Amino acid sequence: MRSLIESIFLAGVNDAEALAMGDGAAILLGDRWLVLTTDAHVVAPVFFPGGDIGRLAVSGVVNDLAMMGACDPLALTSSVIVEEGFPLDSLRRIQASMVATCSEAGTRIVTGDTKVMRRGELDGVVLSTSGVGLTHRVVRDSGLCVGDDILVTGTIGDHGLAVLSARNDLGLDGDLRSDVAPLNSLIRAALTAAGDALHAMKDPTRGGVISALSEMADKAGVAILLDQASLPISAPARAAAELLGIDPLAVANEGKALLGVHPSVTSATLAALRAHPLGRDAACIGRVRAGVRGTLMLDTGFGTRRLLERDGDPLPRIC
Amino acid sequence: MTRPPVEFRDVAAGRALQARLERAMSRATRPITLMHVCGSHEQAIARYGLRSRFPGNLQIQMGPGCPVCVTDAPEIDACVALAQCGVRVLTYGDMLRVPGSALSLDDARAAGARVELIYAATQCVEIARATTEPIVFFATGFETTAVATASVLLSDPPANLFVLSAHKWVPAAMEVVASSPDTKIEGYLAAGHAATITGYGIFESFVAKHGKPVVVAGFEPLDILSGLVLLVKQVLEGKAAVVNAFARCVSRDGNVRAQDALFRVFRHTDGDWRGIAHVARGDLRLRDEFAAHDATLRFADELATATPPALRANLAECRCGAIMTGLQSPTDCPLFGKQCRPEAPVGACMVSTEGACRIWHDHGAAAAGISR
Repeated sequence: MRSLIESIFLAGVNDAEALAMGDGAAILLGDRWLVLTTDAHVVAPVFFPGGDIGRLAVSGVVNDLAMMGACDPLALTSSVIVEEGFPLDSLRRIQASMVATCSEAGTRIVTGDTKVMRRGELDGVVLSTSGVGLTHRVVRDSGLCVGDDILVTGTIGDHGLAVLSARNDLGLDGDLRSDVAPLNSLIRAALTAAGDALHAMKDPTRGGVISALSEMADKAGVAILLDQASLPISAPARAAAELLGIDPLAVANEGKALLGVHPSVTSATLAALRAHPLGRDAACIGRVRAGVRGTLMLDTGFGTRRLLERDGDPLPRIC
Repeated sequence: MTRPPVEFRDVAAGRALQARLERAMSRATRPITLMHVCGSHEQAIARYGLRSRFPGNLQIQMGPGCPVCVTDAPEIDACVALAQCGVRVLTYGDMLRVPGSALSLDDARAAGARVELIYAATQCVEIARATTEPIVFFATGFETTAVATASVLLSDPPANLFVLSAHKWVPAAMEVVASSPDTKIEGYLAAGHAATITGYGIFESFVAKHGKPVVVAGFEPLDILSGLVLLVKQVLEGKAAVVNAFARCVSRDGNVRAQDALFRVFRHTDGDWRGIAHVARGDLRLRDEFAAHDATLRFADELATATPPALRANLAECRCGAIMTGLQSPTDCPLFGKQCRPEAPVGACMVSTEGACRIWHDHGAAAAGISR
């Protein structure tokens, strides 16, 4: 995906903001920054345990804004492209879910567009949402400093494993649910507690924690060492991951954030996160080190290994 | 939120075993090479970073323990040929990208063939029941998954379900490795889950014949470390016995009902394993009683008339065979991480998450303390 973006969409582009390849962009507007982001959403199935494509589309942009420090999204836009014959009831459910998620995030959808494509030209429904927000300080995913602690706001891997399990009808009973949620109020609490000592943020969506932290380490020219014993992973997610042979660190989250903070504010930030319903399982999972740029290592207690980004969808193993 | 069952992942106990291994090897007067015969062992070794703390004079080689890797190109070719004829094919996820002589099933699927993933053999029955068209299950794996295939065929399967068996039998491959004149292997860590089916007694004749110890081990870090401690102890004392270090799952006789199902459905045949060449009694093929469900008979004409595929470039340089027999490591291969990557594999070892090359690639060979 990254090489596709670099070779096609950034070819000939010399705008520094675009070249930063953040999940959003910041434009100076007087004494504040206008943060702008856009996202396209496809997911199969459209309704999954813990959420649906509508909640995903709203949370996606709200979270991208929050990751840059804009925790009060001013407004969103929504484009819906739907396949002819897609059930109207499902469309109504998706719309209701978008409205409810907006209300949870304290924002609204102010304009949109709808297109219908002929049957077979599209698989169900595609949503594209954009959002804007304002902030006095822009947080970047490139701001990690050597010595920073790496915090995660909750359990890892729930969304990816829940969707994979639902998509393939694996019949894994239990409480495996997507974590999809708007994080702006949680991140506001973290920013209030940490202040300028919060150096970098990113939400570990596609590619999971491994992809997000590798990118953060690469952009900042640092290495990261994670501590396996500290990783918060729910029992259902752990069980599904072990059964399928899939690393929970490599699958998407839709309601979690990774924060790089100066160690002096680690405990205050963790306390603030844990006081919020979406941050109860927040944990410090590692530390930024000097080292080979972009290297992500895991200390298992038995030894150390490198975590590498995976290409393509994870495939379950044979035995 | 709960923690995993910690008893076999206890770090303090692991450190103690690592120290015992270190002490034992400090008494060794020569380097010792051991082999594990299971992709899941390598996966656990990589996943827990165990290799970074192995004593420097202890070499742990990977054996032919990845069921995906040893599936031979002509077996893939046959399945690809059926898929290209329009036959609906079901298989396990990690078979999809395994390269045949020219194409993988994934390539065939991209070109329009109907290839679907399943997670359990029982899904084949549900899928076949929902249609009247023939369904081919490309059945791969060792005795563990072969039992699942057998149980499907013993449970009155629908008449339109056909099995293309590429199942294989692990002990046969250990025989090939131990009989190789080049082998430096002084002891074997046998796969715990396969032994759950076969029982550890099956290794007694192997030990008697080759005079090398076998320890059956499970897949948690403490299982592997304690298995290695027991193996090294035997090697240093010049002993050779079968030791069961996975007693919570494995007995001497194994799962007799599963063995019964397995051999009611399958018979041993000689066959080619990818990279290892000919393995006597290494393949499991359907018995005549199950001819009505044998894809090689139902689609004999299609298979006979399929054009033999042209070989891909690069294949000659692939070292999968030497890697699976423990003669070389993935980083010895000139293609590793360059022309051969998980998204574009040349050899089968780069495909499955059980494959040695894939494991070293995904878990970072350099960081795993690998310096050969």
